[in-house]
Amino acid sequence: MNKYKAELMVGVFVLLSIGALLMLALNVANQTMSTKGDTYTLYAKFDNIGGLKERSAVKVGGVTVGRVTSITLDKKDYTPVVELSIISKYSEFPETSSVSILTSGLLGEQYVGFQPGFSFDGIANLQDGDYLQDTKSALVLEDLIGQFLFSRGKDED
Amino acid sequence: MDNLVDIDKMTFRRGGRVIYNDISLNVPKGKITAVMGPSGIGKTTLLRLIGGQLTPDQGDIRFDGKSIVAMNRSKLYETRRRMSMLFQSGALFTDMNVHDNVAFPLKEHTRLAPDVIDTIVALKLQAVGLRGAAKLMPSELSGGMARRAALARAIALDPDLIMYDEPFAGQDPISMGVLVKLIRQLNDALDVTSIVVTHDVTEVLTIADYIYILADQKVIGQGTADEIRNSESPLVQQFLKGEADGPVPFHYPSDKLEDALFGDVK
Amino acid sequence: MNPIQALGANSIAKVAAIGRAGLMLIGAIFALPKLKNVPLTIQQIYVVGVQSLLIIVVSGLFIGMVMALQGYTILVDYGAEGSLGPMVALSLLRELGPVVTALLFAGRAGSALTAEIGLMKATEQLSSLEMMAVDPLRRVVAPRFWAGLISMPLLAAIFSAVGILGGHVVGVDWLGVDAGSYWSLMQSSVEWGNDVGNGIIKSLVFALVVTWIAIFKGYDSTPTSEGISKATTQTVVFSSLAVLGLDFILTALMFGIE
Repeated sequence: MNKYKAELMVGVFVLLSIGALLMLALNVANQTMSTKGDTYTLYAKFDNIGGLKERSAVKVGGVTVGRVTSITLDKKDYTPVVELSIISKYSEFPETSSVSILTSGLLGEQYVGFQPGFSFDGIANLQDGDYLQDTKSALVLEDLIGQFLFSRGKDED
Repeated sequence: MDNLVDIDKMTFRRGGRVIYNDISLNVPKGKITAVMGPSGIGKTTLLRLIGGQLTPDQGDIRFDGKSIVAMNRSKLYETRRRMSMLFQSGALFTDMNVHDNVAFPLKEHTRLAPDVIDTIVALKLQAVGLRGAAKLMPSELSGGMARRAALARAIALDPDLIMYDEPFAGQDPISMGVLVKLIRQLNDALDVTSIVVTHDVTEVLTIADYIYILADQKVIGQGTADEIRNSESPLVQQFLKGEADGPVPFHYPSDKLEDALFGDVK
Repeated sequence: MNPIQALGANSIAKVAAIGRAGLMLIGAIFALPKLKNVPLTIQQIYVVGVQSLLIIVVSGLFIGMVMALQGYTILVDYGAEGSLGPMVALSLLRELGPVVTALLFAGRAGSALTAEIGLMKATEQLSSLEMMAVDPLRRVVAPRFWAGLISMPLLAAIFSAVGILGGHVVGVDWLGVDAGSYWSLMQSSVEWGNDVGNGIIKSLVFALVVTWIAIFKGYDSTPTSEGISKATTQTVVFSSLAVLGLDFILTALMFGIE
């Protein structure tokens, strides 16, 4: 068999696979928020994190500004502590900001919704390592049903 | 006399079966030495032992005075460049044409320029009468031509020793005659040493300078062609005349037929 | 031989075979740094990789299409047909791409490698190389090994990409899933390192195992027609089982244990 033809076809093969990898990289995968780039860290304590996982998104008004990097349990009061890694570009959030755990769509993934607070005089911006004070836990279906039944029960009395 | 290959009190077993039991053999330089014997006694094995592909259990094999058995890998590979082997099937590389097959050892072991290699290949092919077939693929060659092409490849690097494994097996009388003539001519023209392993008695007796006959794990006869012809050993005579039964039994060892047919059922 | 003896002898033979396989692999790996072998390896990538391209592209296309069809009928009940993109992409990248490519590769290229090397052994070509002071491991085994190792991850990438396009054809063009949500939801749930990268790692591991088994089975085959046919069958059976078993282990390591 012609040696040159083989080399040519192998060249085409390699180009094809580079094309496939490029497509996977650009069209299929999101590499924007993977790990790299400057970030700073914030912490938030929740009563219940529901189905939040590491690498869940942190969003402000639907725009992803960071990721959950770790979830641990505070040894003293046994509440979950969520470590949020926020892109340094978005560094001007006031201390009055709040976070809540939300669900995208009915069956979607859970993410951290970040609500920037109002900035008054004397209110500093959040710094690396700060704890967010105002947090709202995830909605747990069983709790909701429990509340619903409880309130129904009260009405019937 | 100077020996190129010495086999010294060599014993070789394979899978518990003894193939050679304490045999000694000498191959003198510049001569054709034939090794004959019935099929299935491991004549090919002997060539592989000399080539260092197999290691004997006891004894020593020396090539040009140096022990093949004791050589490390790189020394062995170096020594193998001085020997070549013509396999029974020819063993041409099926994915290259005849020219590339002959050029292969030259490309692997020398740094000659491509046009020099082409010239050498043409000369070697001319020597075996196949220069016109250089562009053919091995599958397009007849058995005899394939063997001659393989012979051209075997002499490509001008070795000191050429080992022929059953060069005449399955050949028609004409190609057999061609091969016999070629072996003799190459041996004299290139001043190489040849070992021919075969069971074709008549052909070998015409060209061999010295003959060993192997059977029963041992050397049962040796000498020049005339000495062999006049040998008194019944084994040698049975082999030369091709008698069906004799010291080498017709039957593969087994229990008695009467016992097998009429004996008690075990 | 009584059964216990037979079992023992069999086990010893198996352990020895594993040892021979390991030695062969080491011989093949350390044979890389010869520049002379690069053209040989390219030749083998042509045989092993390029000639497997058609079956990989066609299978990838159909598997992507079938997944889109099946996924759509399930997801549409929950009104979640927008998630078709992530479903197709994730299953292809994490599982089907590497695994199906490896299985097809074992059947298409692995069996051919075994048969070729087995026949080279049977026709004394390997012996004759050795007698010409050319190491068959370096000359015959190494280029095929590297060609397999290089080709399979590339084939798997092509498989996944084609599968995602096939899913697009069925999901978006035929069934009317919104093209924007097909791609954007896919992008938000597929991660480069975690999904694409792990898929490539899986594929590399499968390539190593399948090529190794194929080459060893050929190299170690009994040089008869029966022996080669047995070795070829064993290549396909063993490498398929190894791929599926390893896939479970790798998946557990990569995605299973948090």
